[in-house]
Amino acid sequence: MSEAAAMHAGHAGANESPLTPESWGKLGMWIFLAGDAMSFGTLLAAYGGVRYGTVDWPKPYDVLGIWLTAAMTLLLIVSSVWMVKGLAAIQRNDQANFRKFIGLTVLGGFVFLLCQAYEWYKLISHDGLGFVNNPYGASLFGTTFYVITGFHGMHVTGGVIYLLCILLRGMTGAYSADNYHAVEIAGLYWHFVDLVWIMVFTFVYLI
Amino acid sequence: MAEHHSDTLYMKIFYYLLALTILEILVALPEYSLFVKAIILVGMALGKAALVALYFMHLRFERLTLGVIAFTPLVICVFLVFMLTPDLGSVVHKTTTPAKQTMEKKP
Repeated sequence: MSEAAAMHAGHAGANESPLTPESWGKLGMWIFLAGDAMSFGTLLAAYGGVRYGTVDWPKPYDVLGIWLTAAMTLLLIVSSVWMVKGLAAIQRNDQANFRKFIGLTVLGGFVFLLCQAYEWYKLISHDGLGFVNNPYGASLFGTTFYVITGFHGMHVTGGVIYLLCILLRGMTGAYSADNYHAVEIAGLYWHFVDLVWIMVFTFVYLI
Repeated sequence: MAEHHSDTLYMKIFYYLLALTILEILVALPEYSLFVKAIILVGMALGKAALVALYFMHLRFERLTLGVIAFTPLVICVFLVFMLTPDLGSVVHKTTTPAKQTMEKKP
């Protein structure tokens, strides 16, 4: 690994700092996120395509409502702020604030999942929005809604578990001002989940 | 790098994101052209996504390589949309024409 870093350092441009071994994890996460972004991009492009070609597509905000999801959007944005504050705290070696803010981020993600579970329960049980049919119009309305929000929800679930692991390791004193890269990399994943929700909220709920 | 990561900057970005979310809802609620609404809303969402990527994910302060990796999926997805558009147009054309013919034959 260090040989590779040294080789890269030799070829790096004058204005770019060489990749250090600590950056490989970050580079790996960015490559994973790029692939994941293409998955979400494909889903949203397919959603747009299906909706464009369907005449009886219901108005999403009439069926889904936007106030709960607007609050969920705000919650994810706030949790992203907590995440960056947690990272900034560990970079200052402020262990107490690091644990507080990462704990709040985990809590934010968990409450988001509870809100989504409530939303799905209400849509399925009370509003009759099924996966393959619904009383509002195009059958694919329900299918695309559950696939896209479900795919995102699984990412949030993964993020909550990931950050819980970071928090538990952090409580044993595993991270410090000299060793915070794992926290930064987990943060990248969490901000990506927030970023994707911003797009999902716009495409699925607002337009 | 640490000097860029101040609490003031993060709170500033948070207020921008909050304001854009409220604006999005205000734009989405009234009834008008879906095409115009979609253009405005997607533009605002891309702005919010850029704020998250540039400041919360620190892309603004990172090496160019990571920025190129992050930007690539957006280019590919825009390309995908353009590739899908002609096909979708032909699907609409094909489904409407036979319907008209059936209507004409009935009387």
